[in-house]
Amino acid sequence: MVTRLKEVDVVIVGLGWTGGILSKELAEAGLKVVALERGSMRSTEKDYSLPNIRDELRYVVRHDLMQNTARDTITVRNNPSQEALPMRRLGSFLPGEVVGGSAVHWSGHTWRWTDMEFKVRSNYEERYGKNFIPADMTIQDWGISYDELEPYYDRFEYTAAISGKAGNIKGEIKPGGNPFEAPRARDYPLPPLTAILASEMFTAAAKNAGYHPFPRPSANASRAYTNPDGAKFGACQYCGYCQRFGCEANAKGSPHITVIPIALKNPNFELRTHSWVTKVLKDSDGKKVTGVAYTNILNGEEFEQPASVVLLCAYAINNVHLMLLSGIGQPYDPVAQTGVVGKNYCYQTGVGATLFFEGRHFNPFMNAGGSNATIDDFNINWNFDRGPHNFVGAYNVSGGFNTVLPIGYRPVPSGTPQWGKAWKAATAKWYQTAMTIAASGSVMANRYNCYDLDPTYRNAFGQPLMRMTFDYRPNEHRMGEHAAKVVNDIAKSMNPTRLNQATARTQPWTVVPYQSTHNTGGTIMGTNPRDSAVNKYLQSWDCHNLFVVGANVFPHNASYNPTGPVGALAYWTADAIKRYVKSPGPLVAA
Amino acid sequence: MTDGFGRRDFLKGAVAGGVAATAPTTAAQAQAQPQPATTATPPGYAFFNLDEAAFVEALVDHMVPADDLSPKGTDVGINTYIDRALSGAWGKGDRLYMQGPWKQGTPSQGYQLPLTPAQLYRAGIEATNAHCRKAYGKTFDRLSSEQREEVLIGLSTAKIAFDGGVPVRVFWSTLYQTVMEGMFSDPIYGGNRNKAGWKLIGFPGAIAVHRENIEKYKDKKFPADAPLGISDMS
Repeated sequence: MVTRLKEVDVVIVGLGWTGGILSKELAEAGLKVVALERGSMRSTEKDYSLPNIRDELRYVVRHDLMQNTARDTITVRNNPSQEALPMRRLGSFLPGEVVGGSAVHWSGHTWRWTDMEFKVRSNYEERYGKNFIPADMTIQDWGISYDELEPYYDRFEYTAAISGKAGNIKGEIKPGGNPFEAPRARDYPLPPLTAILASEMFTAAAKNAGYHPFPRPSANASRAYTNPDGAKFGACQYCGYCQRFGCEANAKGSPHITVIPIALKNPNFELRTHSWVTKVLKDSDGKKVTGVAYTNILNGEEFEQPASVVLLCAYAINNVHLMLLSGIGQPYDPVAQTGVVGKNYCYQTGVGATLFFEGRHFNPFMNAGGSNATIDDFNINWNFDRGPHNFVGAYNVSGGFNTVLPIGYRPVPSGTPQWGKAWKAATAKWYQTAMTIAASGSVMANRYNCYDLDPTYRNAFGQPLMRMTFDYRPNEHRMGEHAAKVVNDIAKSMNPTRLNQATARTQPWTVVPYQSTHNTGGTIMGTNPRDSAVNKYLQSWDCHNLFVVGANVFPHNASYNPTGPVGALAYWTADAIKRYVKSPGPLVAA
Repeated sequence: MTDGFGRRDFLKGAVAGGVAATAPTTAAQAQAQPQPATTATPPGYAFFNLDEAAFVEALVDHMVPADDLSPKGTDVGINTYIDRALSGAWGKGDRLYMQGPWKQGTPSQGYQLPLTPAQLYRAGIEATNAHCRKAYGKTFDRLSSEQREEVLIGLSTAKIAFDGGVPVRVFWSTLYQTVMEGMFSDPIYGGNRNKAGWKLIGFPGAIAVHRENIEKYKDKKFPADAPLGISDMS
């Protein structure tokens, strides 16, 4: 028995950053909005508070804030000739499953992606010719420009309390910032965090090598802050419990302390937690969607929520899954290269070195998401000539720490025994005296890296799991070799006592260990319905009252963390929907 | 307890002789006399049987031997931590997708066994002891230190193979991970007793604020002689 509810203006599936931003914006625009979130409500006061939030086992190892793979997961394989098998527990990436989504447990790294990405095919073809891009590399321009997004990046940065140092304000290069960034209208809302020792040492070495280090911009408020909506932030305490934890100090820009509580105060907005959306419903001719079907997972009750506009704002993987389950858009076929839904799944890659300095005290447990320093000389610097190195894409390099709690982080020089007295002595000696330098690299789209529905395995609702087919290509391996050399050269110039060198990845992608929660693509944006699922306003080409919001619209993956453009595109889409509801129809002619 | 008449023999004898009611009823109680003053978790096993308890106690004392840097594994409570982890939700397969069909898959595809962590542990201990009996004529807990070292190297490098049983690499990675969890997780879970693991590396625990410490302790040792755990702040 399915209960059909009263129609609302907008139904939003998933309440993280994108759902939160759109809930607030559209409720304020006078629309009746219902958000359906499969997770539960958790708050800083009750859940992310001292002392219980300081629990590495619960939050990092046992994934307390993450998607429960017993109920729903994906199947994985490296290539189409393999049989995909279920990811039986989380590993490589960690989608969140609470009100606030993955934006509760993120570190806060926030970047502006530029026309380097948005015009990727044009850029490389223009400079290196069409043959430079491998035939199976299905990269394409995004159909949007940096100039269009700039005001929305600004909006997101001021909402999420980004601490950083501008490198380029209206074309003027600012010392201490990132000289390669695209022009911004104004500086970040907050100054950078205090640099930790590892960051200072990396900065000095990078400068000596002729590079351009700068403090990594991050949603960790460097001092108390009130955002333009009136949401209040505490100052970052450098507690070291950033990534995978909710922030006890309310210093991390997250939707559950900003846009969501504001939306909840608005009588136009209603949140229903424990609500699992199983399908987007279409009208009889398939030209529009009519709402969603969902289950209350507290008691199994099933509902239909009709709505004039449907927004998919779940985690990037789950948005694509819902599109495939609902039969919206043509599924992508990597052999025939037809269809669009599931196309251009991308991930990221990286290399890292560990440096050991006898006698130094890094105090690695004092850090924040943004306490590292970064160089973009091999990233958004178009003067870096990829030609001789024969790869498309880029990487950034950072020095410092990310979540270095003791179950997961106990660096020792290569060759140290894994147990016994020698292991103990080395663990005791080097924990305090090690730092890391790591490169994070882009992954270009490939025709065989994609999603579809698994033919065998099912979720708790009896629906097919999503199947992910993914591996790195020679392009990424060549970039990895270049990155490893740059990382090792910087590391060696610092004269560490011992060095675990960075090595380029050559092995296939694996579901363990953790790598990054930056899964992109599947319902990509573009200029026409032949090669994209949504237009530049993230509006479905097939059903004009459906918008699909998240990193699932990225046609490829850059080296940067995705949340900057994800947040900016959510604000951009909110403005588009405000126009759309006055005169519903395609916002871009097909 | 490497040789001679061990605690297990005593307990087995006690049960067989019908004096269980007056004898210590759990393995840990039998050795519980020299407990450290501040034990967060009561002794006793909720999951391990006598053979498994003996195996795990021998294992954690071998991997974490006593010296100036820390007490030995059982005095740190690593065995207790593992027992509680296996008897609890994680050990019973919480969050684990447990639907078939079951295939071995490639290493890239991660864990694919039809076993909960507790079942994996049980099967792995049994297989390791079977290997030890075959190679040395006795179970792991009765081996000499050199023999134990040989077995752990065999497990960690997958030189030992279990006939028709669980894949040794999967068992070893679970075993190793849980020993490290027992050494370094918050003491509320039964291991890291008296924060021995945190003191080993100078980790200060659940400190609320480091804002002032960033500059104050830049390149200086931060005092971590008395790390704070969750129960200290509750």
